[in-house]
Amino acid sequence: MSPKATELTKRLPVNGVSAARSASMMAKVASAKARNATKAALPFPLTPPPVPAGVEPREKKSTTGADYDTDWARSYPARLARVMLVQGLVRPAVKAIASPRVRGLDRLNGLEGPVIFAANHHSHVDTPLLLATIPEPRRHRLVIGAGADYFFANRLTAPLSALVIGAIPIERTKVTRKSADQAAALIDEGWSFLIFPEGGRSPDGWGQPFRGGAAYLATRCGVPVVPIHLDGTGRILRKGKSLPQRSVAVVTFGAPLHPAEGEDSRRFAARLEREVASLSDELYSGWYEARKHAHAGTTPPLQGPDTGAWRKAWTVGDRTPRRKRKATWPEL
Amino acid sequence: MPRPGFVLDVDRSTPPVLFHHGEGFRLEKLPADRSRIIYPAEPIEPIADPVGAIRHALANPLGDAAPLAAQLLAGMKLTICFDDISLPLPPMKRPDIRQMVIEAVLDLAAAAGVDDVHLIAALALHRRMTESELRHAVGDRVYEAFAPSGALYNHDAEDPDNLLEIGTTKHGEVVEINKRAAESDLLVYVNINLVSMDGGWKSTATGLSSYKSLKHHHNVKTMQASTSFMDRHKSELHHSNWRMGEVLKSSGVKIFQIETTMNNNVFGTDGPMSVLQKREWEWTARDRMTFLAMQKGLDRISPRMRRQAFQSWKAPHAMTSVQAGEVDAVHEVTTANVFRQHLVPVEGQTDILTMGLPYISPYNVNSILNPVLVMCLGLGYFFNLYRGKPPVREGGVLIMSHPTPWEFHPVHHPSYIDFFEQVLSETTDPLVLEEKFEKQFAEDEWYRHLYRTSYAYHGVHPFYMWYWGSHAMQHLGRVIIVGGEERSVRRLGFQPASTLQDAFEMASDVVGREPTITHLHNPPILMADVT
Repeated sequence: MSPKATELTKRLPVNGVSAARSASMMAKVASAKARNATKAALPFPLTPPPVPAGVEPREKKSTTGADYDTDWARSYPARLARVMLVQGLVRPAVKAIASPRVRGLDRLNGLEGPVIFAANHHSHVDTPLLLATIPEPRRHRLVIGAGADYFFANRLTAPLSALVIGAIPIERTKVTRKSADQAAALIDEGWSFLIFPEGGRSPDGWGQPFRGGAAYLATRCGVPVVPIHLDGTGRILRKGKSLPQRSVAVVTFGAPLHPAEGEDSRRFAARLEREVASLSDELYSGWYEARKHAHAGTTPPLQGPDTGAWRKAWTVGDRTPRRKRKATWPEL
Repeated sequence: MPRPGFVLDVDRSTPPVLFHHGEGFRLEKLPADRSRIIYPAEPIEPIADPVGAIRHALANPLGDAAPLAAQLLAGMKLTICFDDISLPLPPMKRPDIRQMVIEAVLDLAAAAGVDDVHLIAALALHRRMTESELRHAVGDRVYEAFAPSGALYNHDAEDPDNLLEIGTTKHGEVVEINKRAAESDLLVYVNINLVSMDGGWKSTATGLSSYKSLKHHHNVKTMQASTSFMDRHKSELHHSNWRMGEVLKSSGVKIFQIETTMNNNVFGTDGPMSVLQKREWEWTARDRMTFLAMQKGLDRISPRMRRQAFQSWKAPHAMTSVQAGEVDAVHEVTTANVFRQHLVPVEGQTDILTMGLPYISPYNVNSILNPVLVMCLGLGYFFNLYRGKPPVREGGVLIMSHPTPWEFHPVHHPSYIDFFEQVLSETTDPLVLEEKFEKQFAEDEWYRHLYRTSYAYHGVHPFYMWYWGSHAMQHLGRVIIVGGEERSVRRLGFQPASTLQDAFEMASDVVGREPTITHLHNPPILMADVT
């Protein structure tokens, strides 16, 4: 650092920034200036030429986000690697952290062909949990819709997401047909599709309104949607936390839903949301009470009570699922 | 297209035939030119959409009954009764038919806002079902919704506070059934018809009744007059139950009967056990290897492990029909559907009937097939799998194959132990033991206590097993058990033989040197339609 910079730092310790830190910032600025000077000294074609004035520079083709190409992740070697990762790493880890209880798998009996799994979303644990619990053979022929802006944001997370969880990018921040086209093409090829229609993790422990993606794809591809309710994953790793905490997660599979005659995506999405809410009710009130609520239209909504934010947050802690009673009768 | 059952005449080219032998198998060569084998039909096509079919049946009942949805009202008292662990055999893969039907019924009840719902396992004098067995039958969802509040439970035929005497038939038979069921605004009975004996009025009049009521048809006289009890119209057992049904009907007990039938897909069409369901000459190299490996493997493990391996088998049975509504109308259709799967036309009778007894009977699910149950399975169930006349002539010989170990489940079958030790050592004559010992066992306080609070069959149950075989005992000239433990077989009053050839030799005293032979290739279940 030049003596001048050091002098300046000593004289102007702004906003409590320490002298040492200020010095280091000044040093960075100086080294960047030196690099630019070197670049300028090297002639074209050793360095790129400047864009002529008045010419619109060509847009760089993005290779991340929604543009990330995941085809390679569905090649046989990649699928084999994924099977090994899921069976050898993801499932044991999920079992250790979430001790999953799976309910309602019998509702999938007799189901043939690809399906769309639609689940509520609380946590980053949701995806590995579902990878560990969705029954075979669909478990290993499954693609997952993941936020392009989050999971495919850079060149490190994008291939990892594609390989480990078999994710494909779903555009959340702008309206585009690309994600839907890609998902539909894969479903048509026989891949099942897992999507979280809420569009992101719950910020407060309650659900969010379902978007129409799953419903739209089901109508477009003519495949059923299997509603799934996840409970307890928020306790394991809620949004905003970085370290998981051991707890019990409950995965409840619902009966497959087909779009009704003339039912548009929005109404189908609403029905799907009601079905997931009913699965939640089944966990908290028992199956028969839940059916009664469903028929009477009094199923508690996933979004929780219609009250202020703090009261909603307060109420989250009041809910406790009906636990499976410990067997008191001897196993003979 | 599944092939129907048929009768194979044995000649020199016929391969050895499969005999079930408890938790094992034997391959036996039958004498050429005078033997025949009755093969069961292949599993008939199941219903493609069972849940849809159930909903359709509930909405379109048979006979004089309104659709179930119209009979369900908020504020009513609804009781759903269902068959116990004795059905189906072996237990079926999840979801059990009962679960599918009960969920459909409850869904309609929920839509109507019915709050007061009880679910009762109609087990009569059978042992109580454990939690895991109930969960398997009705499904976790239903179990967890009703069992914690005490609304799902086993019928108790010895609870005086929860039994109601409805009336008496014109033959003087007392009709007493579960009080909750009798006093409900609607009793829905969910039935699985594995064989033609099941269902109809037998569901409620037997499944929900008490000893006081049961003894009128579970006795030697009735059983000997039932030829056979698999043919309702020639079964005194069923006539009695139907008379009791009349009393129930006239007393105002409102019953909505739901009956289901299933195919005989016991061992599956693929997988290691599927070889047991194939005709021997159609065994592929793989089937043969599988069979040999299975036999060798079974020989090398302990009897306890063998039993566990077999008892853990869940059959891929599938539903072939479902009908609901008024009991008689429903049962007629059900029986026709059972016969569609089971009946095999057979001409004439033979001197000897052979059968291999498998590891399971209605009364040893998750338990031990003790010698009394061996007798009941062979002489009671398998012998009676006929319509018209038995496939063996009167005075003929029955040869069955089973290890018949002197072994009892102490929790499930306590009264069987005393029955075997004390009663059979004195007499094997059903009439004598009924006269002399039945009351003592039926009213024994300790057995009563075990039946009500543990997982024991009722004290009188081994007697009923013995009566179950009384028609066969009356009909047959001799019973021989191949490969059975000698002292157990002798205690049963039968003759032990080491090999099938020895058994034929022993039978020659009764039926001569060149007897004709019929082999019942069962399971999968078949029913001989003998003309």
